Amino acid sequence: MQLNTPSSPHFHGPSTVTTVMMRVVYAMIPAILAYAWLFGWGVIINLVLTSITALATEALMLYLRKRPIKMFVSDGSALVTALLLGVALPPLAPWWLVFIGTAFAIIFAKHLYGGLGFNPFNPAMVGYVMLLVSFPLEMTTWPAPHSLGGVTLNLSQSLAYVFGSDLPAGMAVDALTSATPLDSLKTELGLGKAMDAITAAPIFGMLGGTGWEWINIAFLGGGLWLIYKKVISWHAPVGVLGSLGLISLIFFIIEPENYTPPMFHILSGGAILGAFFIATDPVSGATTPKGRLWFGAGVGLLTYIIRTWGGYPDAIAFAVLLMNMAAPTIDYYTRPRVFGHKGK
Amino acid sequence: MIRQLFSFKGGVHPPMNKEISTKQPIRAAKLAKQLILPLHQHIGESAKPIVAVGDNVLKGEKIARASGYVSASVHAPSSGTIVAIEDRPIPHPSGLNATCIVIETDGEDRWIEHAPESTPYREMDASHLRNIIRTSGIVGLGGAGFPSYIKLNPAGTKVDTLILNGVECEPYITCDDMLMRERADQIVAGATIMRHALQATQVLIAIEDNKPEAYASVSAACEGEDIEVVKVPTLYPQGSEKQLIKVLTDKECPSNGLPIHIGIVVHNVGTAAAVHNAINLGKPLISRIVTITGDGVAEPCNLEVPLGTPMQTVLDDCGGLTNNVDRVVMGGPMMGFAMHSANVPVIKTTNCVLAATEDNVAPPSHVMPCIRCGACADVCPVDLLPQQLQWYARAKELDRAQEYNLFDCIECGCCAYVCPSNIPLVHYYRYAKTEIWAQEREKEKADIARQRHEFRQSRIEREKAEKAARLAKKKAAVKKPANAAGKTDKQAEIQAALERAKAKKEQQEAKPQNVDNLTPAQQKQVSEADARRAEAEKQGVDASENQANAGSTPPEDKVKD
Repeated sequence: MQLNTPSSPHFHGPSTVTTVMMRVVYAMIPAILAYAWLFGWGVIINLVLTSITALATEALMLYLRKRPIKMFVSDGSALVTALLLGVALPPLAPWWLVFIGTAFAIIFAKHLYGGLGFNPFNPAMVGYVMLLVSFPLEMTTWPAPHSLGGVTLNLSQSLAYVFGSDLPAGMAVDALTSATPLDSLKTELGLGKAMDAITAAPIFGMLGGTGWEWINIAFLGGGLWLIYKKVISWHAPVGVLGSLGLISLIFFIIEPENYTPPMFHILSGGAILGAFFIATDPVSGATTPKGRLWFGAGVGLLTYIIRTWGGYPDAIAFAVLLMNMAAPTIDYYTRPRVFGHKGK
Repeated sequence: MIRQLFSFKGGVHPPMNKEISTKQPIRAAKLAKQLILPLHQHIGESAKPIVAVGDNVLKGEKIARASGYVSASVHAPSSGTIVAIEDRPIPHPSGLNATCIVIETDGEDRWIEHAPESTPYREMDASHLRNIIRTSGIVGLGGAGFPSYIKLNPAGTKVDTLILNGVECEPYITCDDMLMRERADQIVAGATIMRHALQATQVLIAIEDNKPEAYASVSAACEGEDIEVVKVPTLYPQGSEKQLIKVLTDKECPSNGLPIHIGIVVHNVGTAAAVHNAINLGKPLISRIVTITGDGVAEPCNLEVPLGTPMQTVLDDCGGLTNNVDRVVMGGPMMGFAMHSANVPVIKTTNCVLAATEDNVAPPSHVMPCIRCGACADVCPVDLLPQQLQWYARAKELDRAQEYNLFDCIECGCCAYVCPSNIPLVHYYRYAKTEIWAQEREKEKADIARQRHEFRQSRIEREKAEKAARLAKKKAAVKKPANAAGKTDKQAEIQAALERAKAKKEQQEAKPQNVDNLTPAQQKQVSEADARRAEAEKQGVDASENQANAGSTPPEDKVKD
């Protein structure tokens, strides 16, 4: 009788890369729904476009690289990249913008480095940053949220706008768009206005930007579920939100007139998304528990610096990419003490 | 009093599947026609055979004796005739053969004369106890097979705690569970002997909480004894010695150290029962309880198997292998190794024979690239970074692998168990360890070769230098006076040579050394030598004359150059 003689262990748990990736996808669904409810069909169109582009480019690259296509397309990693990029793009962005960003992320940031597991930078963030520096106008044109009485387009109107820049008769582009809370905060602070005067505007809600609060709370819920399911560890999110909260609190206490309050930093823009879904990317982030804490803290700190003194209203993507570079070094210096070895 | 328990980091909860082999009580295995006893069933040196082919042996008779300190004797598990002492397949991951003593059993199962020790163990010297345990061939029955008498020798260290390990954390294995259920009194009797040998302050018996029957039975047997039975929460790999010590005492055994270094000794419960048999009954280790389990065998159960029984015989005893069996594993599914054939004997360390079907074990699914998720690091009981280690092992960066403490890996398999990419991590670590060992051996060899080579080189160079020096001296002696004087003609050279010879002669004549109190014979030798020297000098002068004559290049040309 021919017996198999593989190496131990002969047992394997239920976890697969696909289950890990799909859990990340599930965790994003509540926030995506909130986002779509506030900003309309543009959100869904973005996500569909990024998903289709990501999966198609992934398959193409696997084919060119002579790798098993079905195994890797079904691992869910391209879908996660698609969703992360999709929620970061402005709703109703032109289709070619979405297409270029997603294809760039998959081709350049992922496959040219060796595909799944080998990319030193977070592909979605590379795609986002490439678009932001190449197409700044399109990337900063945001529609107003529905709750602020922004004009909403129905599905066919949205599609017509995304694919042909056609607006319904009698509607101007200006009617659609509005500055994001972080954007307007930055501009108005730059004009020397006081903080409470700025935040009295309707785009600012109780905690952060109107509407954005709800999206971020939904991302927070999804992120906590991922921690509960042990898909991610608590270290990176605590690092990001802890450092961002702490440093913004210090400056806010010193000069509340000129610095944004901590809650606003955390609940507007991409801080929660970045903390739970981007800084926790295992491939491009740090891999030791302590390292993840430092990695997150670095992301939070850099985000604050760029938001406050840099040229961009939000900075999660830049902060993550900068910290990606530091990840191997962080890992090297944060190795845990091995059982039976003396402490440091 | 409820003992405070501690925890080690990591660990996993695989499906245990223990209930399938605990339905039947332990029964004796059928006696095989042939018993195949490897000389190496333990850690250390192989035993040396003390029987020859054709000898008749009785049950319990010693057939091979321990050779060296770390070694264990082998006894005949049944009566019969030695039919061969030759290489046979043994249960080993390599699938290689090794020397075995083969006994053709006569079916009578006649015991050699044996009796319990006449004095009770409490009155016996510890070294005497250890000696009996040594000659009884007892090794750790938990799976490692380290000779037990060594672990019963505190060698001057004060033993604070003796721990009997009844944790049995591997899935499927139930031999300790059944032993504890049915023969708790033997375990407790063995424990008291071990305590006496070690003079241990306290004795703990640790049992995981998924074995309530065993816990109840052992607790009952400990009635009236100063032994504490501790229920520990189920967690793999808690049965690992150092992890168990951490749970029970919060002490961390140092990386390169042994438990005895922190005043703790751990023995398996099965070993304790074997010690009881040796001391209280005079029986050597000739059989053990083996769990025969898995969906690949018809009737899973626990058997008391004479050592040397072929696994095929044992499996047949349990209804035989099913058609869909995928692999036969010695040990559990987490750390056991799959055997090339069931045609190998049960040995002292065979705690389980797992006949696994494809459904029982992980289907060989795709291996994906590592996504650095760190699930492996979260479950590693020694807090390694398996995700980094595998990288270095695969890239053959062995220095880095060692820097990341590769050799602290206990190969428990938790990392590979949870890996979402299904990477055979433990396999990579074993590979890296083997490579490092091979490199070290190579390096040792190369070092010796290099030392030899360097020595030879330096010797050749020294000889060359000496030769060159001699030559240069000679040349200088020839040319110097000529050059110094600036004389170039033949006459001058001859003159110089004559002067040198004269000077030498004068010097020799000046004062011969060590010539006081010479015997006549010695005097004669000296004068003979003087005569020879004079002759040689004469020739030397001739030679320098010739040389000067033959020299085609006049010295002044050389100066010009």
